Amino acid sequence: MDKEERHIFSVMVENRFGVLARVVSLFSGRGFNIDSLNVAETHDKSVSQITLVTHGNAQIIEQIYQHLNRLIDVIEVTDLSAGTHVEREIVLIKVATDNAQKRTEILQTAEVFRGRVIDMKPASIVLEVTGDEGKLEAAINIFNTYGILELARTGKIAMMRGATN
Amino acid sequence: MELSGAQILVDSLKREGVEYIFGVNGGAAMPIFDALYDENDVKLIPMRHEQGASHAADGYARATGKVGVALATSGPGATNLVTGIATAYMDSIPMVAITGQVFTDFIGSDAFQECDVIGVTRPICKHSYLIKNCEEVADVVAEAFHIASTGKQGPVIIDIAKDAQRNKTTFKYPETVDIRSYKPQVNGDPTQIAKAAALIKEAKKPMLYAGGGVVLAEASEELQELTLKTQIPITVTLMGLGAFPETHPLAMEMPGMHGSCCANYAFTDADLIIAIGARFDDRVTGDLSKFAPNAKKIHIDIDASCIGKNVQVDVPIVGDAKNVLTELNKLVDTADIDPWRDQIQEWKQKYPFEYEQKGNKVMPQYVIEKIYEHYSDAIVVADVGQHQMWAAQYFKFTKPRKWLNSGGLGTMGFSLPAAIGAQLGCPDETVVNINGDGSYIMTIQELVPAITMKLPLKIFIINNMYLGMVRQWQELFHSKRYSAVDYHDNPDFALLAQAFGATGLRVEHPEDVEPALLKAKGINDGPVVIDFIVDEEENVFPMVPAGKGLGDVIRGLS
Repeated sequence: MDKEERHIFSVMVENRFGVLARVVSLFSGRGFNIDSLNVAETHDKSVSQITLVTHGNAQIIEQIYQHLNRLIDVIEVTDLSAGTHVEREIVLIKVATDNAQKRTEILQTAEVFRGRVIDMKPASIVLEVTGDEGKLEAAINIFNTYGILELARTGKIAMMRGATN
Repeated sequence: MELSGAQILVDSLKREGVEYIFGVNGGAAMPIFDALYDENDVKLIPMRHEQGASHAADGYARATGKVGVALATSGPGATNLVTGIATAYMDSIPMVAITGQVFTDFIGSDAFQECDVIGVTRPICKHSYLIKNCEEVADVVAEAFHIASTGKQGPVIIDIAKDAQRNKTTFKYPETVDIRSYKPQVNGDPTQIAKAAALIKEAKKPMLYAGGGVVLAEASEELQELTLKTQIPITVTLMGLGAFPETHPLAMEMPGMHGSCCANYAFTDADLIIAIGARFDDRVTGDLSKFAPNAKKIHIDIDASCIGKNVQVDVPIVGDAKNVLTELNKLVDTADIDPWRDQIQEWKQKYPFEYEQKGNKVMPQYVIEKIYEHYSDAIVVADVGQHQMWAAQYFKFTKPRKWLNSGGLGTMGFSLPAAIGAQLGCPDETVVNINGDGSYIMTIQELVPAITMKLPLKIFIINNMYLGMVRQWQELFHSKRYSAVDYHDNPDFALLAQAFGATGLRVEHPEDVEPALLKAKGINDGPVVIDFIVDEEENVFPMVPAGKGLGDVIRGLS
């Protein structure tokens, strides 16, 4: 078996009800897994962008690409992993802060990851960290040592570098 | 003037040139059936079960090449259509299935006869629409017919809420359809076509492998030109039978599990396979690791996702078979492959389809041979099982759209309703339905509309009192443990036909086969059912057991 790779697909779709279900059931029907998924309207209100991270060998990735393209409501599919691209993800982390010293430490650590404080309570703090997957994983690992109370991730958004056609 | 959504739907179907709509009435579709009541151009054909309606629409589409239309109510009506929709989807048959839906305000409330038909059918249709406003009806119908009949064809579902059927608006049918996200690639890449021509020139053991896509693309003439120009041997799949005349010396007949030894040996030995509108289905290839190990592959298909799905392809060509073959034909010449052609002829001669006469039994293959003798020009609609394979083997098809069967999904019960659709679509042709005793009874109720319409269907049941194909597998692979396949409790199908109001005949001896077939020829004021009581334990050979390579074909038990 050739080796499995992670791929990020940007899928431009008609902004209508039912479209996401078609995209998602394409994966479930074939037993392919979606690692992360992000959907939102674009600057053109009639178009939504789905950013989808999946993995598989070259043949599976090719199948996913072709099947996405085959859906009637899909306007364009781009395999961002095929070129140079930028990707970002946001994570909100709620960390326990039982004493002042721990809070200071957490704030200093947040600084290292350019994290922003978006809420602070006597016993907890909510931080926002933005970055690629590696950075977020590193941040999560560190904050875990202080005790993460709650965590929410957006899933990736991504685009090609440079001008597009 | 304002029209109801239901009236707009019917007027839109008229604009699409729809002749027939096959349906079963019910609560959430009543406004549509009401609009069809006074309609002369779009003729409503009431079927007895929604599955019959969807297969009839499918059979109409297969026989004519036009889009078939089925209509049902919400909930159980819609779910009953599902098997027919899946059948059409697997064989890429253009169909529009219209279902009534509960009132918009009730959707999602578990209302009476409510079912999320869009959700249920999502994986088995090319596309689907839920109409909640009557203003959408005309545009949706135009889009649905466009999508069903272009690119890789397939079924499209229109689910229309009852209030959208009843509310009124002005009717304006779109002159053209332009869907920004749907632009099928119909022309093959010239560079790829040139590469294919170069491979064909180099090959010493090339073979053509054509499938149902050739029929769907109306590309039989182009396929014949390619074959005759290059003189390359050709195998045509179960779905493509008739795309190239099986009576021609270059024809190796059908490949695969119950295909000819010649075609299967050719695959195993070939150095080049030119696949056209065929998808390397598991029933054709057998064990993929042993399939055509020495061959380069050219794959012409309208569906990019079909290429490279099962086998690695050297030259992929995405496009419509007719267009691609027209271009390819300009670049090819007679192949210099005499030794290969001789080898093919040797296999062909050595391993024809054959069977042994057992005592005074009616052999199923004999019945098919005789049907072929007397109905060689007919449209043959087969069901699924042993009789289907024997029909494919012993009937020699020479023209496309003369052989209709559920190849992909393998839907038992397909053939009788499909034959009704085919007969309505082709009123001047003789339609022969070759059925099995197991499959016939699955949709036997559709004999009623066939009788009502006086359709001269020739319904020939190859009755071995078993679910024969499964029994064959049990005999070979399950130590003859005949679980749930014994159909000796079948009713007398001849008497049953008479009870319905059709002509019913029963044949139990070989000498009665021909006279019965001749008698059936003379009965044209309604369907005739002949129940052929055949040898019970005859098997279909050759056979490539599931999971084996094509080279491991079993030619027969003796």
